Amino acid sequence: MSALEFDAVSVSYGKSRVVTEFTDRVESGEWLGVIGPNGAGKSSLLRAAAGLVRFEGDVRVGGDSLAPITDAARAQQVAYVAQDPLIPDDMCVFDYVLLGRTPYVGYFGTESIHDREVVVDVIDRLRLGPFAARMLGSMSGGERQRAVLARALAQEAPVLLLDEPTSALDIGHQQQALELVTELREHSGLTVVSAMHDLTLAGTYTDRLVLLDEGVAVANGSAAEVLTAERLGEVFHVCVTVDIDPTDGAVIVVPRRGFPA
Amino acid sequence: MAVAGLDAEGARVDPSVRSTLATARRSDVRWYLGSGAVLLGAIVLGASIGPAGPEWWRVPLALLDHLPLISVDSGVTTAEWNIVWRIRMPRVILAALVGGMLSVAGAGYQGVFRNPLVDPYLLGAAAGAGLGATIALTAGRGVTASWPVDPVVGAAFLASLATVAVTYLVGASFHGSGPSARSGVTLVLAGVAVVSFVTAVQTFILQRNQDVVREVFQWILGRLSGATWSDVRLIVPYVAISGIVLMLHRRHLDVFRVGDEEAAALGVSVSRTRLVIVVGATLGTAAVVSVSGLIGFVGLVVPHAIRLMAGAGYRRLIPLSMLLGASFLILADIPGRMLSSPAETPIGVVTAFIGAPFFIYLLRTRRMT
Repeated sequence: MSALEFDAVSVSYGKSRVVTEFTDRVESGEWLGVIGPNGAGKSSLLRAAAGLVRFEGDVRVGGDSLAPITDAARAQQVAYVAQDPLIPDDMCVFDYVLLGRTPYVGYFGTESIHDREVVVDVIDRLRLGPFAARMLGSMSGGERQRAVLARALAQEAPVLLLDEPTSALDIGHQQQALELVTELREHSGLTVVSAMHDLTLAGTYTDRLVLLDEGVAVANGSAAEVLTAERLGEVFHVCVTVDIDPTDGAVIVVPRRGFPA
Repeated sequence: MAVAGLDAEGARVDPSVRSTLATARRSDVRWYLGSGAVLLGAIVLGASIGPAGPEWWRVPLALLDHLPLISVDSGVTTAEWNIVWRIRMPRVILAALVGGMLSVAGAGYQGVFRNPLVDPYLLGAAAGAGLGATIALTAGRGVTASWPVDPVVGAAFLASLATVAVTYLVGASFHGSGPSARSGVTLVLAGVAVVSFVTAVQTFILQRNQDVVREVFQWILGRLSGATWSDVRLIVPYVAISGIVLMLHRRHLDVFRVGDEEAAALGVSVSRTRLVIVVGATLGTAAVVSVSGLIGFVGLVVPHAIRLMAGAGYRRLIPLSMLLGASFLILADIPGRMLSSPAETPIGVVTAFIGAPFFIYLLRTRRMT
């Protein structure tokens, strides 16, 4: 059974339609990368799956529609990390990760011992133990990104949505963050959907890519199938060459000077 | 340092954070006990000092003497005790309720709007109360002198609630489906517009009824003088409800710190929760404003001072705001009634006189993080 299904999902802001009848099935444990130019609808698609915007169509997790369930029940199925998450400088890492248990706490309740155990476990897995009492404002960008991932993992949701998870990181921290997601996915069987701008990284780390253009999926498949110079030129209006690394078959997108023909 | 989740007995805790757990737990206890002691001391001090009545050191003994199972020879006469119990104590308790309420409401408002410049008057509670009081005072004391409830208080309370309700309806009517729909920004802007309108109406009424300008101005400056136990009884239910609502939403206020969208992604019904917190904070604010007038500064600065000293987590901030806000206003009221005795210095002036330098001192000596 597919872990996550998009069934003719359309998103509109007022009269402007930003995603048009997107349909896809993401298998359990699969990592789907959503790529496309700015304004293509990547973030809106993820926000629809997270229940943050109204949409037409249906999103199902494990075969069950998310539409009729409560916000808290939805958050137990889908964890979402925003492109530019608001991270309170004066909150310590433990308390921040503990927020991930919010979907499991009753309205007037407080976190249980089990909730705290989950948080301790996640902090351990993400090697954040030495930082548990540190204020987020005193941490580096990479450490903060790990804390954000930890908060999402504390939700114990089978589906993880990442909106541009590496946009604010340098190349080293980008690689660390994506390796971490890979590790977590293999360890926990997480299904991951991420919107990504860096095409080479997207092709390297994800199992499959969907290319959106003006809200419509125009290509869907492996990195080698989707990332062709001709298609990228058409969609991104960019001049690139696409190379295949002979050692591991990785697809490398290299920008070239000049305008596309 | 606040580590809210680490204090549960029996939780399996990584050894590297175990010491932090113990420190955080001890720190919480220290803060609550210390703040409780400060409040108790402020109450005793407030009851002990005044222009008339017994010598100050006899008052704590007299208070002890009136506790069950304790007998102390305080040397306080019945007449002196009446001054302490019927004149000073209602004023002290009213100051505690007003200070605690404004502080905790300020903390709540700052939390749901994630805006450090917000005070409990943001959505029009004060402006509405001012308009209500102005209308009641303009209508004339003569007509309403025999009413069981002071019409100024009643009018201020109702107008305060009505103004905030209008702000909420206006703000909600602008909510759409875009990213700003849950941001609360529209609500803040609606508050700005409604407050401006209500203030304009008040100014218009005052301009046509200049005989009540002085009375309205005195009301606006805020006062605790002349407080009676009936004033206290009048606002206690509202302050209690507000306090309970805000205490029950401490965890939600911490979730709001990551932003509306992230809070929604964590399963929080952002609009509904914000409405509950705002209604809770407004109810108590409207009640205390209608009795004590507009006492500024407390709701804005006391929560910030606590953040600087005790951390920004709402689990600790909300109860500390109640305790220390109450203490602050009791202590600020003492020089207010002593400085120019028998006349009174308006409490709003004193709170700023004392609080502003103290806050600047905190800002200079402590880092926000």
